[in-house]
Amino acid sequence: MRKISYREALREALREEMRRDPTVFLLGEDVGRYWGGAFKVTEGLAEEFGDERVRDTPISESAIIGAAVGAAITGMRPVAEIMFGDLTALAMDQIANQAAKIHYMFGGQVKVPLVIRTPFGAGVNIAAHHSQSLEAWFMHVPGLYVAVPSTPYDAKGLLKTAIRGSNPVFFCEHKLLYPIEGEVPEEEYMVPFGIADIKREGADVTVVATLYMVHKALNAAEELEGEGISVEVVDPRTLAPLDKQAIIKSVKKTGRIIIVNEDCKTAGVSAEIAAVVAEEAIDYLDAPIKRVAEPDTPIPFSPPLEQYVIPDEKAIINAVKEVV
Amino acid sequence: MTLTLTKEKLVEIYMKMLEIRFFEEKVFELYAQNLVPGTIHLYAGEEAVAVGVCGNLRKDDYITSTHRGHGHCIAKGAELKRVMAEILGKKTGYCKGKGGSMHIADFSIGMLGATAVVGAGIPIAVGAGLSIKLRDTDQVAACFFGEGASNQGTFHESINMAAIWKLPVIFVCENNLYAMGTRQSRVMAIKNVADRATAYGIPGEVVDGNDVLAVYEAAQKAVETARKGEGPTLIECKTYRHKGHSRIDLAKYRPKEEVEEWLAKDPIKRFKEKLLQTNTLVEAEIQQIEKEVSAEIEEAVKFAMESPYPAPEEASEDVYA
Repeated sequence: MRKISYREALREALREEMRRDPTVFLLGEDVGRYWGGAFKVTEGLAEEFGDERVRDTPISESAIIGAAVGAAITGMRPVAEIMFGDLTALAMDQIANQAAKIHYMFGGQVKVPLVIRTPFGAGVNIAAHHSQSLEAWFMHVPGLYVAVPSTPYDAKGLLKTAIRGSNPVFFCEHKLLYPIEGEVPEEEYMVPFGIADIKREGADVTVVATLYMVHKALNAAEELEGEGISVEVVDPRTLAPLDKQAIIKSVKKTGRIIIVNEDCKTAGVSAEIAAVVAEEAIDYLDAPIKRVAEPDTPIPFSPPLEQYVIPDEKAIINAVKEVV
Repeated sequence: MTLTLTKEKLVEIYMKMLEIRFFEEKVFELYAQNLVPGTIHLYAGEEAVAVGVCGNLRKDDYITSTHRGHGHCIAKGAELKRVMAEILGKKTGYCKGKGGSMHIADFSIGMLGATAVVGAGIPIAVGAGLSIKLRDTDQVAACFFGEGASNQGTFHESINMAAIWKLPVIFVCENNLYAMGTRQSRVMAIKNVADRATAYGIPGEVVDGNDVLAVYEAAQKAVETARKGEGPTLIECKTYRHKGHSRIDLAKYRPKEEVEEWLAKDPIKRFKEKLLQTNTLVEAEIQQIEKEVSAEIEEAVKFAMESPYPAPEEASEDVYA
């Protein structure tokens, strides 16, 4: 099968959906022909679809999402890009109070088919305002779906599902994933929400990971295999809806679970998944639940400081060894 | 205040204003009887704004509204009984009891909903304007908000965005002088919100918001401009709320003389006098209209009171589409 990058996979999803449906359009800061998106995901799309449908905006995050909401409830399918995940804080009212609640608050009268794409993640030395992983914020808001693709295949399939859906989708990407290549079929496919993917089968320990951490978990699993420890890597692919059954099923098999996420540990994604396992599968556990996450600090700038806070393979391996 | 409209249109305008006034008086009465859950923000006193603007809109045009939104709904053509049922938390309300007084919407008439976050509806109206442009129709979107909201970032971001893209949006500021208890002069260094239009390169106009025909005329011009694809307008309507900010507020921060002065400028009273003076309507016709509107309100209350509450488990429905 052909291999393409995560960035190209996202672009293909956008291109295919824009060709298929004239109501799909993109808006965001520098998504158009002059820049093609800060991470080049939308490069070339303005040339094909024009400046009206690949729309550069002022630096106005709140109005970007607000305008996307207004367009979504009047017949369009906007895909808004927020240049860095950290900047979603500027648009939080429109995301959490408007987009997420309009369908419910107005008694189901209208749908909000809106996708908000944004990159999270540390590792490129751009410090506290451009490096966070804030998925948990959005997971906490009923009415939003949260996608967290880790591979080009998942990125393309999930984005197409997001664009065709009837709900607001907070679509998390990761800066370090954009250049990563993976197999993506030529023919059309979709990846459904709420269905986890077993990225590696194993028998001794379940490792649940998302986004870039899936790759670190797979590296750790490879290394542990050499030491005779068989690790199963479960990638939820969407945090809302969360495929609890896939996680529980894996725990029933292995009896041990490590949850790896790049966000801060307190009240983070791993806390929610740990709670699900504690509530619904504690009888199958042979060891305490372990979490590998960032310490509760802002992301620091200097390379040694930054590397210190980002969970790595070593931390995953250590956590696994603590429970086997 | 000039009277160039047909008698039919003038009567329609008068009736709508009266519907809002009587409706709000009824809501206040029901509240006093403890029949309205939560809070209420009454539109009484500001009727000329919603009616003057919406009188220029088609059914397929859009509006966005605020926590003080009953008047906008009624002016756009919402059914009184379903608005009242929503305010009482009933299943037959516009939002099946999920929204309440601060969150009424009727998408069948382009009423895109009231948001209770101050200033949050402004970018949504811009999005509706963007959608109109992308779909290439001749609809327009009108956006109501208070002078308090004009201090929110969303106001500035939104007007700028609508201006650069020449979107068919009419920004309608209902300047009732107070953001809750905060007088405008304490939080703004300028007198007219409309002056802010200059900063974004769009027309801004101050109108007497208690003169329904003045509002109508200003909105007519703005709607025509928007429909022709010539971009947005900011209209500032100087008005006053008759009651306090919300149900518990007695508005003691407003000087007595000021309140009296504004009550004397009651938009309905003024319009009625005008209609009588110009012999557009005679007293008997006015009384007939009042009777009709009262009956409508009574019917709405009856409907709302007799409607069932939603089943508790409906709380879990409509989280996702």
